[in-house]
Amino acid sequence: MAARALTRGLLGLRHSRTVTLTYSGGHHYATATSVKSPQPQVDEYTDKILNQPLQKPDFFRVSELFSLKDLFDARVHLGHKKGCRHRLMEPYLYGCRLDHDIIDLDQTVEHLQLALNFTAHVAYRGGVILFVSRRRQFSHLVECTAKDCGEYAHTRYWQGGLLTNANIQYGSGVRLPDLIVFLSTLNNVFQQHVGIRDAAKMNIPTVGVVDSNCNPSLVTYPIPGNDDTPVTMELYCRLFKMTISRAKDKRRQMEILHGLSAPSTPSSCHE
Amino acid sequence: MAASCVRTVGSFLGKCGNCSSSLNTVTSQLSRQVLSRQICVSTALKKNLAAGGPEKFTVEFIQKQVEEFDIGKRHLANMMGEDPENFTQEDIDRSIAYLFPSGLFEKKARPLMKLIFFPLHEAVQWGADGRPFHFLFYTGKQSYYSLMHKLYSKILNIEKHQDRMRAKGLFSQDTKEISLDTSRWLTKEELEVLLVETISSNNYDRFIQLMERLLSMPYCNMEEEFVLHYRRPLEARSKKQMVPVPERDDKGVAFSTSDGRRKTSNSSVVLRDCGSGRITVNGQEYLHYFPVLQDREQLMFPLQFMGLLGRFDLQCTVSGGGRSSQAGALRLAISRALLSFLSEGEQETMRQAGLLTPDPRVRERKKPGQEGARRKFTWKKR
Repeated sequence: MAARALTRGLLGLRHSRTVTLTYSGGHHYATATSVKSPQPQVDEYTDKILNQPLQKPDFFRVSELFSLKDLFDARVHLGHKKGCRHRLMEPYLYGCRLDHDIIDLDQTVEHLQLALNFTAHVAYRGGVILFVSRRRQFSHLVECTAKDCGEYAHTRYWQGGLLTNANIQYGSGVRLPDLIVFLSTLNNVFQQHVGIRDAAKMNIPTVGVVDSNCNPSLVTYPIPGNDDTPVTMELYCRLFKMTISRAKDKRRQMEILHGLSAPSTPSSCHE
Repeated sequence: MAASCVRTVGSFLGKCGNCSSSLNTVTSQLSRQVLSRQICVSTALKKNLAAGGPEKFTVEFIQKQVEEFDIGKRHLANMMGEDPENFTQEDIDRSIAYLFPSGLFEKKARPLMKLIFFPLHEAVQWGADGRPFHFLFYTGKQSYYSLMHKLYSKILNIEKHQDRMRAKGLFSQDTKEISLDTSRWLTKEELEVLLVETISSNNYDRFIQLMERLLSMPYCNMEEEFVLHYRRPLEARSKKQMVPVPERDDKGVAFSTSDGRRKTSNSSVVLRDCGSGRITVNGQEYLHYFPVLQDREQLMFPLQFMGLLGRFDLQCTVSGGGRSSQAGALRLAISRALLSFLSEGEQETMRQAGLLTPDPRVRERKKPGQEGARRKFTWKKR
């Protein structure tokens, strides 16, 4: 919660992986001022392109992408039954009607704005975004969304060492995702997805749609909302696709505007 | 002088041995191709490999290997005193067999100098900035899952097409079906080769299930080409006897040729429909070649059984084996050659008599710890 309050204004995204690994709570200490590139000729690029979006709270105007009415029409407020309720989700619930939990859409709007803003900043900086969902109904939809954005998807069986044993599974020097977006945090047996715990272990920030039967504690940017209806999933996919495309277009615009291009290799990425 | 020549030859050979003695043939139809690992590598190289981890088969690596192979080929041609420009793979094989004679039985264990391209699996799958090329890279089995994704998209497409046809009122169940009788699904191993990845048997079952689901839909002929890409033609396994074709030679005499085998003998028989009963074996009269009555009886039996003793002229060649097995091989060859001059019913009687069955018995090997194939050493109680 404190972390989110800090990131709200500054949206301090860690500039490179080393910064995250150096500090234990990396993502909320890596403010713009503490991230200084070692080479002098990169400073201009850092100032114009990387730091500029951090000046405004909603640089990518993600709040314009959706309204509370859109969320209501897409049935985001519908939770599961009272018996399935997770204890840690109680702060996010508006109430309970005829044993059905109703999620507080005011809180959802705030969380969704934070999450989309964060995603936009990650996409702006050329980060690798991985969409994860273990729901068979929406697996194709999620994969298509990822393909259209130019990002990555994993809606299949999660092999144990994908994140934690990546060097051996994929080959040395592989780049892990910089953000993992969970469109459903549960797996097929209604237990928490292994990816949440692994991402927390590997210091990878996560954005997750948490339903009323999910555990929101390890998710960096939880979005309390329904994850079972097709309309809702289509809404989420559309929102993420729009934010990522917007962020990438903005990046291209900024580069053309300032006539600069990124350094060819991320300099301190693989130390 | 001679000694120095030998030494230079030896050093050249050593160099060739190091770089290219174990690379195998190009199969250029594979679009993603990589070299096999070098089997014979010097100790210095081995140390570097162990430190760096498994070798990465990048495009530069392949090109370097191809160049080294060409240089080695030219050296070899020089050594053999032949033209380096027109040195083909057969020449290379011949030269290597000459320079490195090997008594090993297993052909694949002998020294080899060829280029083999294995499908590209170890190539680096991400760009300079670290971002992987394929959107399903983080699943681990990107080709398999992208195939499943594509297949599912096709199913959705067909369903949309069906809905459109239904909306127009043109929906019909009796559309053209894809013909599946003459083909079978790819086996798991073949699919692994196609996808360049290992898949589990569950994955394979799911793939086949999804394909069957695609085929169960009415408008599946839209994706016929895609489906047939993953099917292989069934080999025709007919139980019918292959009857040798009767030809006519220049004198107008009908004749047919066939082969026969028994134990280690191979025989070939030309059966002529002359009218005389002459039999020639390896250029000699059969009386001279087979002094023993039993062998001659074996030879005559097919003709005697069908009652056609005096009608045909036999010209036989036989090699290998002993007296009895040569006679058996000839008998089989004669029966097969006779088939083309007989009707269906007579062929069936020949088959029933066992004249057309090749005898599968071969010599059983001797086992260690025993005197022969079955005979054990004398058992002593103490």
